[in-house]
Formats: sequence, C-alpha cells, structure tokens
Amino acid sequence: MTWKGVHELMKGFYSRKLHSLLGVIPLGFFLLEHMLTNFSAVEGGSEGFKESVAFLNSLPMVLALEMFGIWLPLLYHGVYGMYIAFQAKPNNNRFRNERNLRYLLQRISGVLVFAFVIWHVYETRVQVALGNVTHEELGGVMHGIVTHPVYFILYLIGVISAAFHFANGLWSFLVSWGITVGPRAQRVSSNICMGLFVIVAILFTWSLFAFRGAEFQAEGTAWLEMTFRTLAG
Amino acid sequence: MTTDTKLAVKKVKFIITRQDDPESKPYIEQFELDYRPGMNVISALMEIQRNPVKQDGAQTTAVCWESNCLEEVCGACSMVINGKPRQACAALIDQLEQPIRIEPMRTFPVVRDLVIDRARMFNALKKVKAWIPIDGTYDLGPGPRMPEKKRQWAYELSKCMTCGVCLEACPNVNEKTDFMGPAAISQVRLFNAHPTGEMYEDERLDALMEDGGIEGCGNSQNCVRACPKGIPLTTSIAEMNKATTKHMFKRWLNV
Repeated sequence: MTWKGVHELMKGFYSRKLHSLLGVIPLGFFLLEHMLTNFSAVEGGSEGFKESVAFLNSLPMVLALEMFGIWLPLLYHGVYGMYIAFQAKPNNNRFRNERNLRYLLQRISGVLVFAFVIWHVYETRVQVALGNVTHEELGGVMHGIVTHPVYFILYLIGVISAAFHFANGLWSFLVSWGITVGPRAQRVSSNICMGLFVIVAILFTWSLFAFRGAEFQAEGTAWLEMTFRTLAG
Repeated sequence: MTTDTKLAVKKVKFIITRQDDPESKPYIEQFELDYRPGMNVISALMEIQRNPVKQDGAQTTAVCWESNCLEEVCGACSMVINGKPRQACAALIDQLEQPIRIEPMRTFPVVRDLVIDRARMFNALKKVKAWIPIDGTYDLGPGPRMPEKKRQWAYELSKCMTCGVCLEACPNVNEKTDFMGPAAISQVRLFNAHPTGEMYEDERLDALMEDGGIEGCGNSQNCVRACPKGIPLTTSIAEMNKATTKHMFKRWLNV
C-alpha cells in the first residue's frame, strides 16, 4: 500500500482524536495498573506477584476487560500511531528546543514500544493462551527473560520508552483536548508529566530488577529455554 | 589614503540555493559583495540583481526573490537564512554568521530561486472563512463593540502576515500530510473572537475539523518560537482544540 492510500484511510479529525483518547483511557490507566501489579514483585516477591496476577484473573468478565480495555485499544493506538510517527518530518537540527525534541522522542518511543509490546505480549499472554505457560508461571518467565543480559537491556529500553511515551503523551493529550491552553498551564503540566515519567520509569525498572531474584527461578522456564535456543540458533 | 580605503573594504559572502523553474533541480551559487553599513539580505539581493556576478567572477542570472514592504509586515520575503525561516528584510547582515546561506522555504512549491508559492495558506484562510461578514444589500449599521481586554489579545493575532514561517518550522506540514498549519488555526481564533465575526463561528470550527485541519498539530511548538510577529500560535491552537472539542460534543449531543 502506498503512503497516499494509508493517508486516505487514516486521515481525519475523529480518528486522530480517538487515538489521543485511547492513549490515556484506557491504555494509560492499564499501564499504571501494570506498573502496580509488577511492583507486587518488589513488595511481595514471587508469592506477592502470583497473588496480584490471580487477583486480576479473578475479575469478572476478565476476557471482555482485556479485549476492550487492552487489546483493541492497543491495536488501534499502535497502528494509528505508526501512521503518525511516519508522517512526521523531524527538523530537530534546525529547531533545537525542548518541545521539538519531545515531539521526536514521542514518535521514536512510540515505534520502540510498538515493537516491544508485540514481543512482550507474545512471550507472556500469547503463551498463556497457547497453554505453554500458566498464569502462576509468569513470574518465572519474566525471571528467565530479565536474567538474560541482552533481553534485560531490551526490556529496560522497552519500559523506559513506554513510561516516556505515556507521560509525554499525557502532556500532549491535555493540549490536544484543550485542557491546558496557555503557556503557563502547559509548562506546569509539562513538569508534572515529566515527573510522572521519572516515577513510572523507576517503578517499572525496579520491578524488572525484582524479577531477577532467585525466588522467581524454575517456573515456566521450559518454554523460554526452547525459544532462546530457537532465537540463538 | 585612497589605496588604504580600497584595502579596508569588508566583504560579505553568500551561498544561495537557486532553482530555474518549479521542476528543475536546485543548485548552489556563491557571491561576494562589498560590505555596507546597515545592509540586510534584501539589499544584498538587490546588489546581486544590479551586478549578477558570482564569487569566481563568472556572469550569472539575477537571483529572484519576492518582497514588498521592507519592514516585516507583508510576509512576502520569507526565506531560510542560515537554517532559520525568517523575513529577509529584517535579516541584518551585521547579525548573521558568515558565509550567509540562503534557501527558499521548501515546504512550499518553489517557483524560481527564492520565490515560493504560498497559495496553500490563502486557500486555508478561505477554507476557514478568515474574514468578517459585513456586506449586505442595505446598511447593516455599526457592529457590536469589542471589549478592550479582548481587543488587546486579538490585536496580537491580527499581526499575522501569512508569511509561512510557521509552516516551514512545523514538522507536521510536509508532503505526507495535508495539515493546514498553525497560521489559519490562529486566524479562526481571531475571527471567532470578533463580535461580528462570531456569526461564522460554527462554520469555522467545522472547517478546522475537516481533513487537514487542527488534528494535524503534533505539539512540537516550533511555530510559536519561529513566528516573526511573536503571535501566541500554540495558545491559539490549544484554544481551538478546546473549541473544537466542545463543538464535537455539541454536534453529538444537541441533535
């Protein structure tokens, strides 16, 4: 498909507005929820994490919640986001200001997170759906991934990109919906959102380190070892 | 004494990107002019027009450009000077790093050399009805008064000269999008603020919500920093974001 065809399909006020909305509701909230669930691995270790996962799976209509709260919004936001990212013509060498840098980083982090989320969902939720791992074994799966030095770095890049994309996206959401209008309001919300970025990034990173703990070992690693071998070979 | 003066003449170097017609390939030519106190890019271009000789001494054609007012209010002489889109008439040689690089604003179709076609901006102004309807078949009488406080900020928006610098600075105005750019969006705010212009408010917001409208903004905020008239373009865009959001819900819920 040519760019013109993509553009004809994607352009318009409402499709762009929907992209912006979904980034915060529900995806922003889901990201924060995910951050808290992960943090139970820091606070409660392997058992704490299992309990959190069990709690989420005990929610009523959990499949519908996942479908309409995560998968479909993620698919739309991700695919439409690629269109936004690749229509940009960055000019940061000519206009070296912070907002323009964040404009570029928002698009780069979006593309990184798009790839990261596909990989991460494949390794976790898809494997649960295929029956290769159980929900209880997810902590072990994570342990297997983050103890591998290369994958650990990739996961770090993934979660930090996601934290930035969320926080900076929240800032531009506030502008795009006409909530923060004047320069002072946009400056204050910018400080708050960048603070949020730091907090979310730290909490996600912290839980990645927690998953490296030995107590997460030896759960659901059989499948992972298999994929590692395939990837390496 | 006379020989001393001759030696002391300062030179100004120019590297100009030229193009013979809209379809042909751009090329670069270098010029070296005698420095004169107070000279600006326009006076330098006039000098080249009088004596179109390149730095290497070879004859060439005069470099084409557009300009009118020479006091930064008409917007005609916008070009990229040392990487920054701006008005050539306000670009003083004393304040520019040499050699001075001059290019056309490529966001727009290049007609010849530094002459560009800003028709897309005027089409955007037509699309958003950037005027105030005062004509009738009979005398409509005086319009309602505008509060002084409102007039003060609206006056700032009225300084827009459709020069195109904000479009050149915007990473979302390019060949892959049909984004109208910041200038026309700010004009919607201006004309919707006017007590008579307000009568077209809904139509202007509808136009902003069409393809290539306000949704094209990516919040890089280069426009507000590049605007030669200091127009608060990002405040205008956010204000129109608010207005179109409200308008969207009104369209859904009021029918």
